[in-house]
Amino acid sequence: MIPEVGVFALVLALLVAAVQAVLPLAGAHWGVAGWMRVARPAAALQCLFAWLAFACLVQAFLTGDFSVRYVAANSHSELPAVYRFAAVWGSHEGSMLLWQCLLSGWTLAVALCSRQLPPAYVARVLAVMGMISVGLLAFLLFLSNPFERLLPAAAEGRDLNPLLQDPGMVLHPPLLYMGYVGFSVAFAFGIAALLSGELNAAWARWSRPWTLAAWSFLTLGILLGSAWAYYVLGWGGWWFWDPVENASFMPWLVGTALVHSLIVTDQRGAFRGWTVLLAITAFSLSLLGTFLVRSGVLTSVHAFAVDPGRGLYILCFMVAVVGGSLLLFGLRAPTVRGGGWFAALSRESLLLANNVLFSAAALAVLIGTLYPLLLDVLGGDKISVGPPYFQAVFVPLVVPALMLMGVGTMARFKRSTLPELGRRLRWALAASGVSALLLAALLPRGGSTAWTPLSAFGLLLAAWCVCSTLAHAWQRLAGADDGGTGWRQHMARQPRGWWGMLLAHLGIGVFVFGVTLANGFESRRELSLALNQAVSVGGFTFELQRLDRSAGPNYDAQRGHVAISQEGRPLTVLRPEKRQYRAQGMPLSQAAIDTGLTRDLFIALGEPVDARTWTVRIQVKPFMAWIWIGCALMAAGGLLALTDRRYRATARRRQPAERGAAVLGHPQEVA
Amino acid sequence: MRFLLPLLAFLALAVVLGLGMGRDPRALPSALVNQPAPAIGLPLLHAPQQRLDTAQLRGQVWLLNVWASWCEPCRAELPALKVLATRDAVPLYGLNYKDRDAAARKLLAQVGNPYVASAVDTDGRVGMDFGVHGVPETFVIDAAGHVRLRHTGPVTAEVWRDKLMPAIRNVR
Repeated sequence: MIPEVGVFALVLALLVAAVQAVLPLAGAHWGVAGWMRVARPAAALQCLFAWLAFACLVQAFLTGDFSVRYVAANSHSELPAVYRFAAVWGSHEGSMLLWQCLLSGWTLAVALCSRQLPPAYVARVLAVMGMISVGLLAFLLFLSNPFERLLPAAAEGRDLNPLLQDPGMVLHPPLLYMGYVGFSVAFAFGIAALLSGELNAAWARWSRPWTLAAWSFLTLGILLGSAWAYYVLGWGGWWFWDPVENASFMPWLVGTALVHSLIVTDQRGAFRGWTVLLAITAFSLSLLGTFLVRSGVLTSVHAFAVDPGRGLYILCFMVAVVGGSLLLFGLRAPTVRGGGWFAALSRESLLLANNVLFSAAALAVLIGTLYPLLLDVLGGDKISVGPPYFQAVFVPLVVPALMLMGVGTMARFKRSTLPELGRRLRWALAASGVSALLLAALLPRGGSTAWTPLSAFGLLLAAWCVCSTLAHAWQRLAGADDGGTGWRQHMARQPRGWWGMLLAHLGIGVFVFGVTLANGFESRRELSLALNQAVSVGGFTFELQRLDRSAGPNYDAQRGHVAISQEGRPLTVLRPEKRQYRAQGMPLSQAAIDTGLTRDLFIALGEPVDARTWTVRIQVKPFMAWIWIGCALMAAGGLLALTDRRYRATARRRQPAERGAAVLGHPQEVA
Repeated sequence: MRFLLPLLAFLALAVVLGLGMGRDPRALPSALVNQPAPAIGLPLLHAPQQRLDTAQLRGQVWLLNVWASWCEPCRAELPALKVLATRDAVPLYGLNYKDRDAAARKLLAQVGNPYVASAVDTDGRVGMDFGVHGVPETFVIDAAGHVRLRHTGPVTAEVWRDKLMPAIRNVR
């Protein structure tokens, strides 16, 4: 009964979404206020129905209703409750439902937080989001119905894919989708501005908090996905340039460009056409990511079940959404004129450089991801583009962007001069050189890995990211201290947006530091390890002390007890497992990792050689945790900037124009 | 006009995606199934003056494993390959795909070399003849020099037991 309620809720959501897509748009076009007012209640109702459907599916999973095909395929009576909940989005139908629920959640958030915006504009934004909802809800109902019955009911479920039975998987898809779908808000704001023909700075200001929120969620989603690959795939790497990873990384790169481009459009009115194109691109790449994962055109470590009919639908949907919006862009963008003037050396030009580099990086990843497909289609051969391509193309594009990051925050809007920039940056430059040398001298060097020019450069780059950011903070806090106020008060007066920027830029430095050391100085061995045999890797001694069996709720495992010591001092005992999941009989190697601030110790069981010997993979990765910390700092920076006062001040600014200008005067300094 | 360029680029992309959908990226190009394996004739990793001559391997069933040191799953499967190929006495040859010789030799020295010999395919041309899509891949080649099976992805004990060995026993 309850699954039927779910289907019914989806049908109602589709009907409401159709009204939301059409009526407010027509109202905005012909100036009918009553039609425009439909948008908000429609958004709320659509959200209610979508989440009702979601609740029905959750109920089916928690009670183990195996008469629902999707539940029978992805759950099991022995599956722990938390994974039964996560199994809701463990496969295609449920994750599409989650997509839709998050989309209607974002729509409702826009409806609630847009009281101060012009009604016609809000009506258009909500209508555009309603159109996307119509497309997705129709997809859910006609091609991916999660509530489809299985009659007679299965006696037992087929269990959730063991690879997904991991704490990271509980949170990774919702966060990633929050990011993907969040870009639909920036997209809808851009389309609404194009539709109304008023592509002005106000549109950019309204988009900024939404874009920041989506970007932060996407950052967290990618972080968790990458950590999952590190813990669960058991290869010891954390980024494989896999098509599915690239699919989430491309919107992130374009989103990063968008976050920065919006600053210029908001504060200087420049780059308007370019910024709206980025907003369209970021969401288009989110759709493309969904298509790549769901249609099976590319092979990947993420082997999802695929269905060509669904792929075709998503492709048609994408052509309608992206093609339509790019057509609108092509027709309306030529009428956009003007924008603030700026010199060749200015914060605008540096932010433009950031934009170009990040977009080029996204394009390089796109080409690398789709090249095998293109060759195949052209009748050529089936090939793969490996990590060597991505490293060769991606790194040279991103490194200059990171080098310019420190310069950009120091530069002034409109015009900067070289001597002034040099004066502001020389301390940062000196400090980063000194700290890179100090770090190089002080770092504990386990293993025999020698310094390479690349790792030395990576360390210098990390130091530069951190030092230039700190120098900027110091100059702003100490340099402007002229009114006799204490630095404490001065600090308290700085807007949250600025603190968020500092945090995110510091996160980049921490991330580069982690990547340089973890990739450049790791020690790894793949070998056969017999009982009571010890092996030394990267200055640590690993001894296989005991082999036994253990049983989890839905799997049996062979387990090794590996004692780790350093210079005779016992550190810890790691217990890597080779699990056999009972329902699917699928083996899975569960690596054991000891995470520390300065190193990760990683051990995974491979295959048994005989009763006393296993092949094992041992890795010592220095400063691995800093990669995660860096990403978390970036996301935290984005979320902190979101709480900036000025995003809440939009309402008051509209009434007295004079006061509004005064309020604007202050945040001009903020980037 | 230049404002319409993004639209044109996107439409071209959509056409490629549409055409690509009808294809199974995991499928071996049908031309190769039960067809003679492409010739290799490339220098050996550990003896560059010698070449891997597939004609001399006629008369026995052998495995060709495509690998690279930059490929994480390849590193992961090496120990298993060594154990399994030795246990079941299957001659295992390697094709070192788009790799640097020094890095490849270093990896084998560290992990142990499961191969009778490994040919060096620096520019990936032979890999292309075999239709290599993503490393690692493993091919079963019979006594007449015909490709019998292609496995994409790392070889584990289960893959060996359930997929490769049955195919090998079939043609032995």
